[in-house]
Amino acid sequence: MADVEAPMTVLYFAWLRERTGTAQESVTPPADITTVGALIAWLVERGPGFASAFANRRAVRCAVNQEFADPATHIGPGDEVAFFPPVTGG
Amino acid sequence: MARISVQTGNFDVGAEFAALTGGRTDIGGIGCFVGTVRGPVAAMTLEHYPAMTKRAVTDIVAEAERRWSLLGCTVIHRYGRLLAGENIVLVLAAAAHRQPALDATAFLIDWLKTKAPFWKKEEDAEGATSWVEARVEDDHAAARW
Repeated sequence: MADVEAPMTVLYFAWLRERTGTAQESVTPPADITTVGALIAWLVERGPGFASAFANRRAVRCAVNQEFADPATHIGPGDEVAFFPPVTGG
Repeated sequence: MARISVQTGNFDVGAEFAALTGGRTDIGGIGCFVGTVRGPVAAMTLEHYPAMTKRAVTDIVAEAERRWSLLGCTVIHRYGRLLAGENIVLVLAAAAHRQPALDATAFLIDWLKTKAPFWKKEEDAEGATSWVEARVEDDHAAARW
């Protein structure tokens, strides 16, 4: 499986982008990180900006490969995972 | 059939209206909604998720087309920094009769507000900024459909 080591792309929007200081990054979490919720738990250990961005998990929404998702959604190498506040367009 | 655009530039409501209806005699009613930047904010900056936005809007329009017999539909959503009074979003829905045209228009803007990946940051006259929080009323409006 050539793509097992492929990194995930993680995107942050609005105040999650500001608090993490990151718009987009490639990450390679441990192999046991297989859900969005597990990825969040791993990301928050990376520094105070990430901990602050995810401090109120109920205020964070996510998408996996450009589809709305939730903490139980399965993720794997090569996926694009986006984190953002509830949308406020229109 | 639908025209969907996510863009920084303004739109011309009259031109979009003409493009939707020009030369047609089967349309009996057109619903129109224009969302604008309301004061007292001086400006608003809209951020979006480019890889997802067009798809999300396309899915919302497809859902409207599934629920109502539309004869045409236009959705234009702007992003970037917009000053008070500027246009943000245009929804046009054409149908044979008024009810589907009006209902589809209301549905489209209700769902755009709660299911399309846009985020608004307000800016006051002194330049202080704050992210607009999602409103539970908008969730209720979207859920009534």
